[in-house]
Amino acid sequence: MTSGSMKAGLVPRARSHAVLTHAGGLHARPAIKLTQLAKRFECGVWIALSEHGPWIDAKSIARVMATKTPQMAMLYFVAEGDDAELATSALAQLVESDFADDGNGG
Amino acid sequence: MQKNVGIVIVSHSPDVAKGAADMVRQMVGAHVPLAWCGGNPAGGLGTSVEAIVKALELAWSDSGIVIMVDMGGAETNSEMAIEMMPEKRRARIVVCNGPIVEGAVMAATESSSGAALDRVRRAAEELYSR
Repeated sequence: MTSGSMKAGLVPRARSHAVLTHAGGLHARPAIKLTQLAKRFECGVWIALSEHGPWIDAKSIARVMATKTPQMAMLYFVAEGDDAELATSALAQLVESDFADDGNGG
Repeated sequence: MQKNVGIVIVSHSPDVAKGAADMVRQMVGAHVPLAWCGGNPAGGLGTSVEAIVKALELAWSDSGIVIMVDMGGAETNSEMAIEMMPEKRRARIVVCNGPIVEGAVMAATESSSGAALDRVRRAAEELYSR
């Protein structure tokens, strides 16, 4: 869902948001955790620093890291697909938990 | 049998190769086969085909391996090492055109989700392709 390909009027299946409290912002380690979690879902998941986008593929580690999201920024998630609601709530929870370990070695 | 694509890091410097591998392990986790090699047999800077072959065997995955290299001989020696692997494995080993540290971390992140070789390669090369 780059802004170019997003059809006018499309309402994403699910959305969520969370404040990035992580010290140092969305640097390498939290960005990797976020991407790894996003990839566990079948649906498309996008991330943005504004509720109006631009939307970035949350499954692309290079793009997520390139957002250089600072601490205390609001992160917005949208998802499109069968497990969209699970994905957006899990991602918001990860950010709210300050990227707590999930015991998966990530 | 390993399911996730393996990562092999080849640098002229064993310190660089091991350091990059440490970053992958600590940041991405333990679910990706990972090996490194660096230095020449005399203990100086360089790369050795034999060491690369050994690293490829250590990190072997039936889903394939991406090799991250630093420069020059690391790439040509990696290609020679691939030629020395059993024929049926050769087509599943690719040398990536990406930054050795960031590329290894990004490739491993992709691999940790169970992505196929081609997608892992694209993740490794993404920073150079923009």
